[in-house]
Amino acid sequence: MNAEVAAATAAPEKKEFWRWQENTWYDESKNWKDAKIITCGIDVGSVSSQAVLVCDGELYGYNSMRTGNNSPDSAKNALQGIMDKIGMKLEDINYVVGTGYGRVNVPFAHKAITEIACHARGANYMGGNKVRTILDMGGQDCKAIHCDDKGKVTNFLMNDKCAAGTGRGMEVISDLMQIPIAELGPRSFDVETEPEAVSSICVVFAKSEALGLLKAGYTKNMVIAAYCQAMAERVVSLLERIGVEEGFFITGGIAKNPGVVKRIERLLGIKQIDTKIDSQIAGALGAALFGYTLMQKQAAK
Amino acid sequence: MIANYGYKDGSGEYYISIDTDKCIDCAAERACLKACPQQMFEIITDDYDDEVAWVKKEKTRALAYDCAACKPAGGYTSLPCTTACTPGAIKHSW
Ligand code: SF4
Ligand code: SF4
Repeated sequence: MNAEVAAATAAPEKKEFWRWQENTWYDESKNWKDAKIITCGIDVGSVSSQAVLVCDGELYGYNSMRTGNNSPDSAKNALQGIMDKIGMKLEDINYVVGTGYGRVNVPFAHKAITEIACHARGANYMGGNKVRTILDMGGQDCKAIHCDDKGKVTNFLMNDKCAAGTGRGMEVISDLMQIPIAELGPRSFDVETEPEAVSSICVVFAKSEALGLLKAGYTKNMVIAAYCQAMAERVVSLLERIGVEEGFFITGGIAKNPGVVKRIERLLGIKQIDTKIDSQIAGALGAALFGYTLMQKQAAK
Repeated sequence: MIANYGYKDGSGEYYISIDTDKCIDCAAERACLKACPQQMFEIITDDYDDEVAWVKKEKTRALAYDCAACKPAGGYTSLPCTTACTPGAIKHSW
């Protein structure tokens, strides 16, 4: 064994606790070859990228993965991941809409639409036409959106100045605590008394504050609880600025963290509308649905 | 649509809100563009294919600084943008 190989085998594997599960799904009860119109939405976010396929206006399949260093490659890989599973080629897709922060870098997109409009459209599909207030907790920003019964945006507010209250903030805490990201939510309720929220509103300071709490005798679960509470308080203050109407729905990766979601519901005194669809695909789904409407408009001309 | 551009931080809330429904048939001939000394606004085609005003992306994170000269401490009694926009589409939160 040469020295390099020996060193590599001896080195302990670095575990990335923040890594969330990448995920591919398609509706096995249907065959995309039966569809008249196939549209695709690609959401290239700062942290994750999703490709969603919509057949005749209905969700058919998706792939969700980590965004790489290069937006065009992330878009291609996300779509390839689902196309390979179902034996589809790019030529089979009638229309592609790009969204998210990397939307202008989707090389094969026919159109780019902002994630604000796409999340509203996706939430309207996932939660039904009663959805009025949407909280999108993304990787590096957070948006509060109001929409009408068709999913058209009527009011929006975005916080992209700071990563606190976003998925990236949660990843930092996950790595710091050495606890897989999917376990943070459940563990945040495994405390005897609910601790005070972390007071810092900046990810960098929150990290040092979390370390300080551990040194002061907080358990890891208490620190996670304090951080989840801080995130909840932060996004609720964003929501309060535009007001929360009945028909509340959360999209984005953080919607999968019950530690944050339940605390948001508690602070607002309102429950979010449930869905069986992965909250992380809302933007790409909305983009694909926009594509479907555009195709229908073209066909009607 | 009411579109809010800006941010909230430890020192306060800095948002410019634009009622884009008023911009679609702007009765002020897009006066906001000329009125703002900082060129904060531009006209875009939004996601619903309407031509509306918005605050340029690169300006949204520094509103407190960019607008400071127009605020009362800078000698203005009313803001150039809100005065020029006779349809009343622009509001400031601070
Ligand atoms: S902000 Fe006012 S002046 Fe500017 S385009 Fe809209 S309505 Fe016209
Ligand atoms: S306050 Fe002054 S700088 Fe700010 S948007 Fe209005 S005109 Fe422009």
